[in-house]
Amino acid sequence: MTKLFKLSLTVNGNPYERQIEPRLLLSDFLRHELGMTGTHVGCEHGVCGACTVLLNGDPVRSCLMFAVQAHGHEVLTVEGLGTIDDLHPIQQAFWEAHGLQCGFCTPGFLTTLVPFLEENPDPSEEEIRVAISGNLCRCTGYQHIVEAVQLAAEKMRA
Amino acid sequence: MTTEIKERIPSPIGESKPRLENDQKVTGAAIFADDIQFGNSLLYARIMHSPHPHALIKSIDTSKAEALPGVKAVVTGADFPGYLGLYLQDRHIFCRDRVRYVGDPVLGVAATSEEIAVKALDLIDVEYEVLEPVLNAEEGAKPDAPLIHPDLGNYKVANFIFPQPGTNISNHFKLRKGDVDGAWEKCSTIVERKFWVPHIQHVPIEPHTAIAQWDETGEITLWASSQSPFAQRNLLAQALGVSQSSVRVIAPKIGGGFGCKAGISMEALVVAIASKTNGRPVKLLLTREEEFHTAFVRQELIAYYKMGCDENGKILAMENTYYWGGGASTEYGVNVTRAAGYSCTGPYEVPNVKADSLCVYTNHPVGGAYRGFGMPEMHTGLEQCVDELAYKAGIDPVDIRSINCVKEGCETVTGFKMHPTGLSQCIEETAKAIQWGQKSPASAPNKRRGKGTAIMWKAPAMPPNAGSSAWVELAEDGTVNVGLGGQDLGQGAFTVMAQMAAAALGVPYESVRISSPVDTRYSPYEWQTVASRLTWSMGNAVVAAATDARRQVLDLVSEAWDEDPEDLDIRDGIVVSYKSEQEQPIKDIVVYGLPKPDDQGWLGGPIIGRGKFMPSYVTGLDAETGQGTRSVVHYTTGSQSVEVEVDLDTGCVEVLRGVSAFDVGRAINPALVEAQIEGGFVQGMSSALFEEMIMVDGFMQNPSFVDYRIATTTDAPSDLQSIIVEVPQDDGPWGARGIGEHPMVPTVAAIANAIYDAVGIRMMSPPFSAEKVYLAMLEAGIVE
Ligand code: FES
Ligand code: FES
Repeated sequence: MTKLFKLSLTVNGNPYERQIEPRLLLSDFLRHELGMTGTHVGCEHGVCGACTVLLNGDPVRSCLMFAVQAHGHEVLTVEGLGTIDDLHPIQQAFWEAHGLQCGFCTPGFLTTLVPFLEENPDPSEEEIRVAISGNLCRCTGYQHIVEAVQLAAEKMRA
Repeated sequence: MTTEIKERIPSPIGESKPRLENDQKVTGAAIFADDIQFGNSLLYARIMHSPHPHALIKSIDTSKAEALPGVKAVVTGADFPGYLGLYLQDRHIFCRDRVRYVGDPVLGVAATSEEIAVKALDLIDVEYEVLEPVLNAEEGAKPDAPLIHPDLGNYKVANFIFPQPGTNISNHFKLRKGDVDGAWEKCSTIVERKFWVPHIQHVPIEPHTAIAQWDETGEITLWASSQSPFAQRNLLAQALGVSQSSVRVIAPKIGGGFGCKAGISMEALVVAIASKTNGRPVKLLLTREEEFHTAFVRQELIAYYKMGCDENGKILAMENTYYWGGGASTEYGVNVTRAAGYSCTGPYEVPNVKADSLCVYTNHPVGGAYRGFGMPEMHTGLEQCVDELAYKAGIDPVDIRSINCVKEGCETVTGFKMHPTGLSQCIEETAKAIQWGQKSPASAPNKRRGKGTAIMWKAPAMPPNAGSSAWVELAEDGTVNVGLGGQDLGQGAFTVMAQMAAAALGVPYESVRISSPVDTRYSPYEWQTVASRLTWSMGNAVVAAATDARRQVLDLVSEAWDEDPEDLDIRDGIVVSYKSEQEQPIKDIVVYGLPKPDDQGWLGGPIIGRGKFMPSYVTGLDAETGQGTRSVVHYTTGSQSVEVEVDLDTGCVEVLRGVSAFDVGRAINPALVEAQIEGGFVQGMSSALFEEMIMVDGFMQNPSFVDYRIATTTDAPSDLQSIIVEVPQDDGPWGARGIGEHPMVPTVAAIANAIYDAVGIRMMSPPFSAEKVYLAMLEAGIVE
């Protein structure tokens, strides 16, 4: 039996403490230990970006990290962005501007965009495309995603 | 469009309503298959795959694995003799005597953790006798090729599929029309070409996930990321030898399908494994690597085209031979080859045609349905040949398409009279939008620009009698609950169904809910979510159910108010009388009924409308000629024009603009139609420039997102334009027909034609990678 590690971290503003296996991936920890299934896993090898969460405000691929690496840190997942009654402007914009189809890639796009739009309140289309070029979407052809980001930026500036 | 027609279209038909369920999708609350919680009783399955493209299984020793603590079940083909298959029952759940591709499922284990399941696989010994593989469809069709399915003659098969026992040909569709041999001498220009379209994969971002449970009474429940809960119920029952009613399939949200989650693939494996776990649920989640072979892939195509036209550009003859590499099983793929057979000319009126579409077993992963169902592959070469024909005959490539394309009333290749279609208009619209004939300057001296056009047609490919059903139930708060059995894959089917129900019933869109997830125990029957058939077929069923509920409401009110139903209407959820000007919200009526006019008792009761749709007019086709009265329900047609820039130093092709026009009959939700067109265009573009399952001796070389690249935001053109043409379909709801698959059908050819326009080379095989384009330019002497 592997020695368990006592992990303490903050997820979406709430402190958590769990005894976990050291090799447990952060994505699996969030999905299965905490039951936060909004973080999706599309490839488990760091390419699709569906599993993106924010670690101390920076986007990371939770499928490439062990949960123990988040020890003592703050994690933000899609569940922490906003609720159905109180959506984050980026969530609102994706909804209104048809920024998704199946929605499986969406949480990764949203989390990637939070710090990007905070740092770039008025991005050009080119900048938007580069910012999300590490997130794969098979459904939309990206055009409506880019438009949703433009709308989100507008909402956040307002 | 005339205002007269517009007035007959009730709200919210034709309005870009926001999608249902997006609130859950943007907050992470949406439940996909892997999100369902099963608690500690859940077991984890892993699959052992064949390491050989073709071999006999000599022995399997599972004893060590079975003894490993934590292992709860080991299941091999010996346990399940039944056959699976949608159109041709040619595969077992697990391999029995023979493996037919690298990745073929040999056995499965279930354990208390994934780690233990993986360890168990390591403890299992399988002995194989390696056989010679078939690695190419054309070779595989030869009489002396090694046989992959010696039992082909014994398999059950649909009556419109024609296998050739004793060969690897599992379907041969023949088309003979007019006199091809006599026509060539009348042609002033003839083009002959061979193309190869490699295997690609669907790449939904959500990998296949399925959880299965057998309870002690023998009831089977399957939760799966599924396009086809009802077809899966039927196929599982068939393979396991149980009744359909003892199989229940629940289909939560699905993270993209594109055909790979239709029919059945890995779901049967986990159901088989769960038969041995004493009621404990078992989950199988494919890794991204497994996704490339344990689910369906797109068939490869080796295609020969010969076509000729007279000096006016009128196409007189075509002779096409399609060798489809169907992979190790063609249970679903045989119908792709049939569809390519009865649509073999593309969207053209051609008087003399000879075509053979052959489905050939190969020792490659299993081919299945893929967005477009054979049409993108077939149009890739066909639409380049038409282009070349135009250039050789000195006719503009857009003009040759306008001259020859199918028009209302013309005779299609199978003898079916073409229904009204807006294809000519689509061609005009895309040519205008791309500024056809005008060359724009390149962005750098080492770059060349070009424009290309391709057109398409595609019919829903399905059994002639694929059916849909629906119910509509009204609640005491006025909410309308729609029961249906098709899936929302992201295309927006639920949104469109809610719009149709609202329009047919006369209630606000916001008051309509879709009863989901689809659950075969409670939901009404739907064949499958494939073939771009839901808007049309399920739409007809939903409209029928809503109309039935409306009739019940109005009959009840007419009796209670003692009025003629003709004077009554439901508007915005309120029953109104145009005669007495009485009004009453339907919420007060639909559950508790209404008092009788004399107050002596009550009328009515809970209202449930029901509806169904099944096309009844599709006929069989002659086995020798492919001719018949009505081969298909209808064709959606369209046109795409693109502008590309080719880098002479690197061979890199950039798609700058993409313009699409499709005749959707009626856009129920224009924003969703545009979304399908954009998504399809980029998926088509991705297959044109990047995608190929690189197969060497039967082994896939690139089963990861690192080596199998799909288009990203920076690859996709920022200038995508979608033009909606509406020539109504006679039996579609408000004239609607499907649009899900069509946008990726012409894309590869349009890009190839633009590359030709830019640098003068013909690309015979996608993907048009920088390396391939550069080498082709080098060979043609365009660069040194
Ligand atoms: S799941 Fe982490 S990047 Fe794809
Ligand atoms: S919306 Fe389906 S993958 Fe992006």
